[in-house]
Amino acid sequence: MRMGIFRKTAVVVVSLSLLIGVWELVVLTGRFAPSLLPSPAKVAAGIGDLISDGSLISHLGVSLARFATGYFSASVIGMLLGLLFGCYKRIWAFIDPIVQVLRPVSPIAWFPFIVLWFGIGDVPAIVIIFIAAFYPVLLSTVSGVRKVDAIYLKVADNFDVRQPKRLFKIILPAAFPFIANGLHMALGSAWVFLVAGEMVGAQSGLGYLIIDARNSLRSDLVLAGIILIGVSGLLLDRLIRLLENGIEKQWGVSLGGGT
Amino acid sequence: MYIKIEGLSRTYVLNNGHKSVALEKVDLEIQQGEFICLLGPSGCGKSTLLNMIAGFEKPSTGSVNIKGELVDKPSVDRITIFQNYGLLPWRTVVKNVELGLEAKIPDKRKRREIAEEYIRLVGLSDYKKHHPAQLSGGMQQRVALARALAVDPEILLMDEPLGALDAMTRMNMQEEIERLWLEKQKTIIFVTHDIEEAVFLADRIVMMTPGPGRIKSIIDVPLARKRDRTSPDFLKIRDQVFAGFELKGVDHTEYYL
Repeated sequence: MRMGIFRKTAVVVVSLSLLIGVWELVVLTGRFAPSLLPSPAKVAAGIGDLISDGSLISHLGVSLARFATGYFSASVIGMLLGLLFGCYKRIWAFIDPIVQVLRPVSPIAWFPFIVLWFGIGDVPAIVIIFIAAFYPVLLSTVSGVRKVDAIYLKVADNFDVRQPKRLFKIILPAAFPFIANGLHMALGSAWVFLVAGEMVGAQSGLGYLIIDARNSLRSDLVLAGIILIGVSGLLLDRLIRLLENGIEKQWGVSLGGGT
Repeated sequence: MYIKIEGLSRTYVLNNGHKSVALEKVDLEIQQGEFICLLGPSGCGKSTLLNMIAGFEKPSTGSVNIKGELVDKPSVDRITIFQNYGLLPWRTVVKNVELGLEAKIPDKRKRREIAEEYIRLVGLSDYKKHHPAQLSGGMQQRVALARALAVDPEILLMDEPLGALDAMTRMNMQEEIERLWLEKQKTIIFVTHDIEEAVFLADRIVMMTPGPGRIKSIIDVPLARKRDRTSPDFLKIRDQVFAGFELKGVDHTEYYL
């Protein structure tokens, strides 16, 4: 079922208004101290402060730069290794068990080692984002390469398309609809761990913003930070969805990605 | 002889360990420039035979020789056209046609020139910037034809190329393929299960039967081009093929005067 853009917007507005209304009502009962549950107005004012004093832009900028570095390096390395392992099943047979053991480990668990190996500053957060994004990209690429329609390989053989052209001109684009799925999942999990990474190791960024607000007992700014993280994550997700739609339309294929 | 197929068999080992004979002891000779149709019901090994001529599959016994050379791998001298076109959906029409030229011709502008020439040949100049998904099935098969012809192969191998098209488009495409064959003088081996299609296109029809796949007989089609599907001669040969496959009911009625 397709809803009109107007109705869609109306639904979103109603849903958010309901949330804020309930929140305001709970605050009005007076059963929670303002430091435990700040009112919507106070949080809005907090967001206003963060925007007007420029700290939002600088923290968001730092976070996005770390995110981009970690996410894109994980995507490129994940795809390259995935292409390699997808083409050479014997190598993958040895790598697969290692990946299966490492994958369920939260990137945050590596934090003690990350600090020992990479020190402090931007790098630990980037490494955590990298780990979070790497596995979905790697695994979707390996399985994507395996699912490449045999007809493309026949065409490549027939027209004498040899390695490495075969890998980058035939196999990678043919597997891309599957890889896009992994890229989308990686984006979500990387954004989640960006904030976690910045909370334990950084002196700037959206995660740090929340820790800093907590340390100065500003619960309104904590909530403001949470809202901003949610909104930017949502915008990133929409952005990649837009890219996927463009590719789907042009190729006439379904990428079958997340929502 | 141009193409010489001798004692060609292909056996598959199934998952349960049993063997299945897809093709058994096929002998066939084809002359340069001939239009050959491999005709038969599914399971008669016609696609298997084509795949071995293409070099995609290796024979279990026997051999395929082309101009005295043993076929053991695919080559740009023999391009296969598939039923589902095999176009690369991420490339535009012109980029698809350029695919086979990329290894042969390093100069980008020259490559584009050749690709556009063949796109013109199949009448798709207005669509060269489109992606395959934006084209109809018949148009996509034209792109596949342009891509195949652009590398100037000696032989075209067609594996039920019109199988996915509706009847009218199919007839148009048969005429298109005949025109390209007459113009470019290629040798064509064309797999089909459509009797009328085979009679319309072929110089010789190789009739195949399943279980195991064998050549039953070969019928010459000595009709002039372009053929009229409703002429008595056309229908006579069509009848001959029907009879060959034992598809004609034997008439047991008694006649009275």
